[in-house]
Amino acid sequence: MVGTGWVGFALPISSMLTNPFATSSAFPVRLSLVSTGLFLGLFFFLPLVLVFGVSLASRGLYGGISWIATWENYQRVFDPLVGVIFFRSLLLAGLTTLVCAVVAFPLAYCLARASRPWQLILLTLVMIPFWTNFLVRTYAWVLIFRADGILNSLLIRVGLLDEPLSLLFTDVSVFVGLVYGYLPFMVLPLVATIERISPQLEDAAFDLYASMGAMFRHVLLPLSTPGFLAGGVLVFIPTLGAFITPYLLGGGQNMMLGTFIQQEFLVARDWPFGSALSFGLMGSVLLLWFLLARTSVGKDPS
Amino acid sequence: MSESVGLDKVIKSHGLVRAVDHVSLSIQNGEFFSILGPSGSGKTTILRLIAGLDRPDLGDIIIQQRIVTLDPPHKRPVNMVFQHYALFPHLSVYENVAFGLHMKGERQANIQKAVSHMLALVRLQGKEKRLPGQLSGGEQQRVALARALVNRPVVLLLDEPLAALDQQLRQEMQGELKRLQREVKATFICVTHQQDEALMLSDRIAVMHGGKLLQVGTPQEIYDRPVSSAVARFIGLSNALSGTIVSCDGGLCRVEPNGLSPVMVSCSPHDSLQGAVTVMVRPERVHVSSNMSANRYDNSLQAMVHHVAFSGNEVVYHVRLLGGAIWMARVPIAEAQACPLTVGQQVYLQWWAQDGLVLPSQSPPC
Repeated sequence: MVGTGWVGFALPISSMLTNPFATSSAFPVRLSLVSTGLFLGLFFFLPLVLVFGVSLASRGLYGGISWIATWENYQRVFDPLVGVIFFRSLLLAGLTTLVCAVVAFPLAYCLARASRPWQLILLTLVMIPFWTNFLVRTYAWVLIFRADGILNSLLIRVGLLDEPLSLLFTDVSVFVGLVYGYLPFMVLPLVATIERISPQLEDAAFDLYASMGAMFRHVLLPLSTPGFLAGGVLVFIPTLGAFITPYLLGGGQNMMLGTFIQQEFLVARDWPFGSALSFGLMGSVLLLWFLLARTSVGKDPS
Repeated sequence: MSESVGLDKVIKSHGLVRAVDHVSLSIQNGEFFSILGPSGSGKTTILRLIAGLDRPDLGDIIIQQRIVTLDPPHKRPVNMVFQHYALFPHLSVYENVAFGLHMKGERQANIQKAVSHMLALVRLQGKEKRLPGQLSGGEQQRVALARALVNRPVVLLLDEPLAALDQQLRQEMQGELKRLQREVKATFICVTHQQDEALMLSDRIAVMHGGKLLQVGTPQEIYDRPVSSAVARFIGLSNALSGTIVSCDGGLCRVEPNGLSPVMVSCSPHDSLQGAVTVMVRPERVHVSSNMSANRYDNSLQAMVHHVAFSGNEVVYHVRLLGGAIWMARVPIAEAQACPLTVGQQVYLQWWAQDGLVLPSQSPPC
């Protein structure tokens, strides 16, 4: 890759996917291992152990934790009600990932093929939303979707609608919010991947009688797979457990796993069940990851 | 012979730069035609225009008596070998070669037959399942050739086909290219910046500079009768001397170089040269000797040996003329060993009038 400092940071993600041990640093390896180990142990592993402990405890009478060991919380994870929420989350996350991929590709392509100054400007535009708090940005969508919100009043003024649609607190609003929030995570790894595809390959395909569509199917798409995989993971996993977006834009009715867990902790005050749900979510993500890794390994030409 | 590819007053700009400036060309069927020029001279753009990957701003492209200026690449009977081959890295050798036929919707059985025939022709049998990354440079080059030729193009375009290969492979591939052309009987249009390559391979050469065609002709014509000093320089004629014409009659010009004794150069009787000119002499036609005694040549100039380079079968002397210009003289090894010259030695440069060229001086091309 030729001097793309901006995209550079997105690259490790895609290379991490294919080879996690590909390091070539002059930085003292032992020191970095110890420091990251300490950090992860203290702020990741220890809390995880604590939550796991809580997930095996029972709910106290008034919402506390009573330390009586039980599997009951994990049995409740397989309750049909949880199943419905889980599959809605899976569906929404999958759909979000798919739409993000479709929307991100043309954008990423333009970014990757733009001349230097334009590339910088466009990448900055993609990043700008991150400078504002995610909560605030999600609230902005509430203002847009509300019955007396921007979208409804615009549609009524134009004359397309007689009375406001109820857009807020539907699956649609949650979906739009999710796509909006996680699109950049799909764009950036795709830009990094497409940049490394020589434009000459496109010319070669056209010279060999490919139409635009055939060129895309046979050349661009297969060569962009690493970017799609990296972006897919970066979008799918956070959306599966997302809770701010479904909470604000979905209201109480259309729960996703994230909102459900949050509710168990803060509203129902059933910490042990909430913890068990968290571990259930983690387990399913790990399972999906494992399946993905198994299908994509062996296809990698390198 | 009939015309295979024609360019009619073609203009193409990239931004503010005129990449191709009023170029008209007529390339015959079955010809090996080279476009020779330094990088940035617009030669690759001409290939892209013929392939349909770029469209001219003005002018027309004609292939097989048909105007194809506005046709997309897949409607032209033309295929291209790209500069760095542009093989599809995710497809095997077989799939790369089959790509074009596959896109044309050819039947599977036909594709298989054509591809294996073509792979045999470029001597790549047994490597069908390899990915391009697992091939050597020379093999990748052959895949690129096969991938283009398997479609039976009327015209094959080659963009610096040998630039990425090492010296030995390059010579091997030169012969290979000529052989392939004889077998497939297509017109080959080759872009290169290497004059020896162009001279050896081509039936005709077009010399380009700054988007303009400077000269079109057979290798012999270009080599013997360059129309300008720019062409001469590009064809390996580096010894130049600027001066003024004193007299010119009977096919012999007398030129007075700035600050040096006059030299005689033969010229064609119908050339009406006058004023400022450039005299050029080929390095292999210049004789260097340490004394004037063997003075049977028409011209003799005093100089000093500046640098001696040994290149196996010959010695190249770089000598500095009195005016400061550096000339080169190629001397066969046996001759050089008979009377060796050392750096700093005073020598005489001598040559026959008919070995010199006199060309009108022009402002240096920009």
